Amino acid sequence: MKYTANIYVTLKEGVLDPQGGAVVNSLHTLGYSEVEEVKVGKYMILELDASNMEVAKERVDEMCRRLLANTVIEDYKYELKEVE
Amino acid sequence: MKAGIIVYPGSNCDADAMHVCQEVMGFETDYVWHADRNFSKQYDLILIPGGFSYGDYLRSGAIARFANIMEDVNKHASRGGYVLGICNGFQILLEAGLLPGAMLRNNHLKFRCDHVNLRVENINTPFTNSIDKNKILNIPIAHMDGNYFADKETIKKLNDNNQVILRYVNKDGEVTKGANPNGAIENIAGIVNESMNICGMMPHPERAAESMLGSVDGKLIFDSILKHWGDNK
Repeated sequence: MKYTANIYVTLKEGVLDPQGGAVVNSLHTLGYSEVEEVKVGKYMILELDASNMEVAKERVDEMCRRLLANTVIEDYKYELKEVE
Repeated sequence: MKAGIIVYPGSNCDADAMHVCQEVMGFETDYVWHADRNFSKQYDLILIPGGFSYGDYLRSGAIARFANIMEDVNKHASRGGYVLGICNGFQILLEAGLLPGAMLRNNHLKFRCDHVNLRVENINTPFTNSIDKNKILNIPIAHMDGNYFADKETIKKLNDNNQVILRYVNKDGEVTKGANPNGAIENIAGIVNESMNICGMMPHPERAAESMLGSVDGKLIFDSILKHWGDNK
């Protein structure tokens, strides 16, 4: 089966995000004063083969922990979809 | 003293490190290619140089830590061999889990290339034993991701075990916000592991090892390694 994984990596709560801070400032300058916080992260799209959803999930989770996110500073989450 | 300098695609301080190890210090030094499976001989010092290994893709050091040669670097480290990671080398050691913590983007979002003042917090390590206790080192930095971060527990452990060896300070040796070039937590510029054979530092000692370059303070790091090796062989 083919699967698509949409993976989101963001800085952990409490870790300073200077890029997010800079984007907030720019949005405020443009007049979007309602914006309270911006978090800048990474979005990755993986296409993979796996025998079933359970296996795909296990593999993607391991990839996140080992390489795609640095869990000292980052959190990750993902959505898995079966591709027709 | 046998030294190996790991070369990754994108390393760019490897030749400077070679010059200092071989010409200035007189170490028997080899370049070691990242894709090799094994070291060709047993080294005393493995130096992981600065640069932009693998283009800093994903995160600085994230991909380099999975290079073939890292298995032998790990073996070298666990048998107590000296490992010195400079700048990108420090980032790689963090990603590899050989040192605790992680690097964030500089808090001002700029690449900072400058001479900084460093206070030596522990002179009883293989990397600092030849430095006068009160000396403030003048060594350059050049990085975008040098904002050292670790959780509170890790920082406490580092402090309690005297594993923080270098902090950014002003010219009077005081830890201040103004002296911090990147936002690093507690002005940390360099640390060692618990057994003190692995050192990561953001400043570039290899760029300050000859008087014609404006400072010889970086040479003290190499002098220290040589002294420790000489005293313990």
